[in-house]
Amino acid sequence: MANNEHTITIDGTEIHFKAGQTIMDAALSAKIYIPHLCHYPGLTPSGNCRLCVVELNGKHVTACTTQAQFGQQIRNQTPELHAARMAITQMLFVEGNHICPSCEKSGNCKLQAMGYYLGMRDEHYPQFNPRREMDASHPAVLLDRSRCILCDLCVRASREVDGKNVFAIAGRGIHAHLIVNSASGKLGDSDIAVDDVAANICPVGAILIKEKGYVTPIGRRIYDQRMISEVAFDEHVPEHEEHGND
Amino acid sequence: MTDHKIKIATTSLAGCFGCHMSFLDMDEKLAILSEYIEFNRSPFTDIKHCEPSDIGLIEGGVCTAENVHVLREFRTHCRILVAVGACAITGGVPAMRNYFDLRDCLEEAYLHGAGITNPQIPNDTELPLLLDKVYPVGDVVKIDYFLPGCPPPADAFLQLLLPLLDGKAPQMTGEKLHYD
Repeated sequence: MANNEHTITIDGTEIHFKAGQTIMDAALSAKIYIPHLCHYPGLTPSGNCRLCVVELNGKHVTACTTQAQFGQQIRNQTPELHAARMAITQMLFVEGNHICPSCEKSGNCKLQAMGYYLGMRDEHYPQFNPRREMDASHPAVLLDRSRCILCDLCVRASREVDGKNVFAIAGRGIHAHLIVNSASGKLGDSDIAVDDVAANICPVGAILIKEKGYVTPIGRRIYDQRMISEVAFDEHVPEHEEHGND
Repeated sequence: MTDHKIKIATTSLAGCFGCHMSFLDMDEKLAILSEYIEFNRSPFTDIKHCEPSDIGLIEGGVCTAENVHVLREFRTHCRILVAVGACAITGGVPAMRNYFDLRDCLEEAYLHGAGITNPQIPNDTELPLLLDKVYPVGDVVKIDYFLPGCPPPADAFLQLLLPLLDGKAPQMTGEKLHYD
């Protein structure tokens, strides 16, 4: 147990943190959910989805990249932050091709689950309908860039866990896109393997394992059973033998 | 509930009628509901145009000029307009054609597709003009409420309609919220 100087307050609840923990780490340890898409315990935080922005002493900071420090007064569940998170989620939906009824990731998709969590009824913004390159060159792994939300999880997982550097984000702003580290730029020519964490960590349907789409029937999938705010507490970088993208 | 029947109009634009089927899935509750509602233009009636109605339920996205016409007619005549289902709200499965050129879609369907014996792209003035893309209904007219799902479950229709019949704003509970 940390000493009393290692405490922060989130929405009026005082919680302990360990030295070096971020606000997100401390919150997850205390079973307090701060919405997030690009964070995954065990990987270096990148702070790019902005869903975990909280109010810290009157300023807005990303919970996943901000170190917990004694006495921080944090507001997480406020109408203003909820509205901002809703807007971000709606923008993520319209900027990609997220057609849930035709997506095999449906039910296992964190973006979809975030929509449920926030009570999203519609996408509010006009559809962007992007046309982005699909890469089906690998025998076991499919890359559909039109669904990529640029969370960077596959990039970090490949570098930090798999030790391969298969993915990177290239371009800026509206031109940002996921690239593959191989001579041809194709996934089939990269050294990604079906059991790699990078191949299985995608929160949406951008990286899919082929021929496993309906192993778990719709209705019995992760977020058909539990809210994202509950599932988040059990997540960690998976060991190789326990992967499964269905 | 009001002492007069609430008039409801429904239509399917670029949809599969699955949302209408889900509406019918209310089964015996429809009998109760029928004491409070009557249908105007709808696949359940043979009324050709939407007349002044209290609630309009729109299924499907907007993919033809006729869809635009029907949708605007509904907006003009319906006090409350509801986008029902994934296609109406996002464009849904029909919007998958948005990632291709319209001409490529037509050629694949009518010229190069498997089993085609008399290849020709339909071209008749009776056919409604196809739009370049499939649009969510909210991109064309103002929508008052959204009922997500593919299709929304029958109970979700009830959860939407019952408060509206009472003149209240509907509050959908979380478990009814599904996009697939």
